[in-house]
Amino acid sequence: MLTFLVRRVATIFPTLVFVSMLIFGLQQLLPGDPAMILAGEERDPSVIAHLRETLHLDKPLPVRYLYWVRGVVHGDLGESLRTQQPVLQLILEKLPVTVELGAFAIAIAIAIGIPAGVVSAVKRGTAWDYGANIVALWGLSTPNFWLGIMLILLFSVTLGWLPASGYVSPFEDWRANVASMIMPAFVLGNAIAAVLMRHTRSAMLQVLSSDYVRTARAKGVPESRVIMKHALRNGLIPIITLGALELGTLLSGAVLTEQVFTIPGFGKLIVDAVFNRDYAVVQGVVMFTATAYIVLNLIADVAYAVVNPRIRYQ
Amino acid sequence: MTGAATETTPIGLPAGGATAPRPHPLRRLLRSPAAAIGLAVIVAFLGIAIFAPWISPYDPIATDFAAVRKAPSAAHWLGTDEIGRDVLSRVIFGSRASLLAGVVSVLISLAVGVPLGLLAGYAGGITDMLISRMTDALLACPFLILAIALAAFLGPSLENAMIAIGISATPAFIRLARGTTLSVKAEEYILAARAIGNPPWRVALRHVLPNIVPPLLVQATLAIAAAVIAEASLSFLGLGQQPPEPSWGSMLNTAKNYLDNAPWMALWPGLSIFVLVLSFNLVGDGLRDALDPHHA
Repeated sequence: MLTFLVRRVATIFPTLVFVSMLIFGLQQLLPGDPAMILAGEERDPSVIAHLRETLHLDKPLPVRYLYWVRGVVHGDLGESLRTQQPVLQLILEKLPVTVELGAFAIAIAIAIGIPAGVVSAVKRGTAWDYGANIVALWGLSTPNFWLGIMLILLFSVTLGWLPASGYVSPFEDWRANVASMIMPAFVLGNAIAAVLMRHTRSAMLQVLSSDYVRTARAKGVPESRVIMKHALRNGLIPIITLGALELGTLLSGAVLTEQVFTIPGFGKLIVDAVFNRDYAVVQGVVMFTATAYIVLNLIADVAYAVVNPRIRYQ
Repeated sequence: MTGAATETTPIGLPAGGATAPRPHPLRRLLRSPAAAIGLAVIVAFLGIAIFAPWISPYDPIATDFAAVRKAPSAAHWLGTDEIGRDVLSRVIFGSRASLLAGVVSVLISLAVGVPLGLLAGYAGGITDMLISRMTDALLACPFLILAIALAAFLGPSLENAMIAIGISATPAFIRLARGTTLSVKAEEYILAARAIGNPPWRVALRHVLPNIVPPLLVQATLAIAAAVIAEASLSFLGLGQQPPEPSWGSMLNTAKNYLDNAPWMALWPGLSIFVLVLSFNLVGDGLRDALDPHHA
């Protein structure tokens, strides 16, 4: 297990180096003098001079990259041009809101996706199967920002049941928090539920045709027990990896969902930064997201290896 | 090579040589009702986009302050927006941005991803390692977040949105092209092509490339669906098609501010995105089945 862990951890370093090069390279896409552009419309000479110094613009590109990476390694993702706050601090302030939204969304995705996938596999070729597949296609094809708008139209504007936008901390009022989270979480969980459903169906179909399930049936084990204990338990193992892979969908979806429902999270931070031309924040958010994605995938791989010993010896 | 007629490659493709008579893939695709409907809808949208100036009842950017936020009527079938523009005309012209972005960005991904994937898979060694690590790095950045970052640094416009989406979607093509190249490279006909003295570039382009096309075609179709949503998302955020030119995403961005008194503004652009994306997904699923020799 230790060898597997060391080998797996070692593979993330070259990826992180390429990620950092890519994100640093984003700044080079800016046309003209980066300091002039980063200084915003005011183009205050003192700000421009400060930027030239902090970004080491008088140095060659590789040297600038090394300065930038050194900062990143020490947790310094730069400073917001608008608020003058460290980017990492801004991210950490907004992150809990997005984590809460993501947790709600995953709970909804699991509640819809896994039962739908199981039913679809067990009732293969029936109306249930077709129905579940239609729901999955719907989930994959619906732009989540449009679904959000339609839900606001129905539940907020027409019925008046839920707030159309805004966020209330659970520590202030947990009921208001849940009310403000239901629609965004459903919107975000919808697409993930569709992916979960398809994977669960495929995994269940594979497991249901395996020898040990056939043996369990031959021994007279009740069908419900065969499905729940023998098939589902093994069929769900690959879903661990899928959970980490879907983090990207979750974060991409959160950007739009938070925009539609005006939730002050991580996604809204990047959009606001784009419009404020706060490029350090944009770079910082992408770097943070990519690192989180790589680390969570590593954790998922390790978890997968823990429950499936064959992986460790490959 | 006697078994070549029935053997299949690990990617599920015929291994070459004489094959049992099977219907043409397009015929197999059209045999699936869902895929046939999807294809018909895509063709209809293409027709709408191409003939937009002739079928559109109004100029999509012409404002009419006497007809602000009018509900659907005989004069304006899908109603009007906040400055009196005809929603139907904007939906019709908006199909151009979506289809263009979907197709062009996937072409960019193919143009960059397939040569890199082919090179990584065929050359192996350090080349493969470098390309694979670069791909992993791109895959580590969530698709839309990377597209937003690229669009932000490149500047907001439809062209830049297409480039941003194209670059963000490239790693999936690199990975697929590399994987299928590795499978095809191990086939006997490739070994034979090398044994008779073909240079590596010729083996890669003439013998490997044609055999990795089917899975790429499926991926490209599904990627167009994702690119249509991505373009709408970027336009919704203000990073794609710029006003006053119509795009379904930017129409939804405006519509969300008028939900209480002009809900029709939000309905039709969203429904159009949904129907177009669903159609590409149906065709993608159908193509996968049609190109899979294991599928009856």
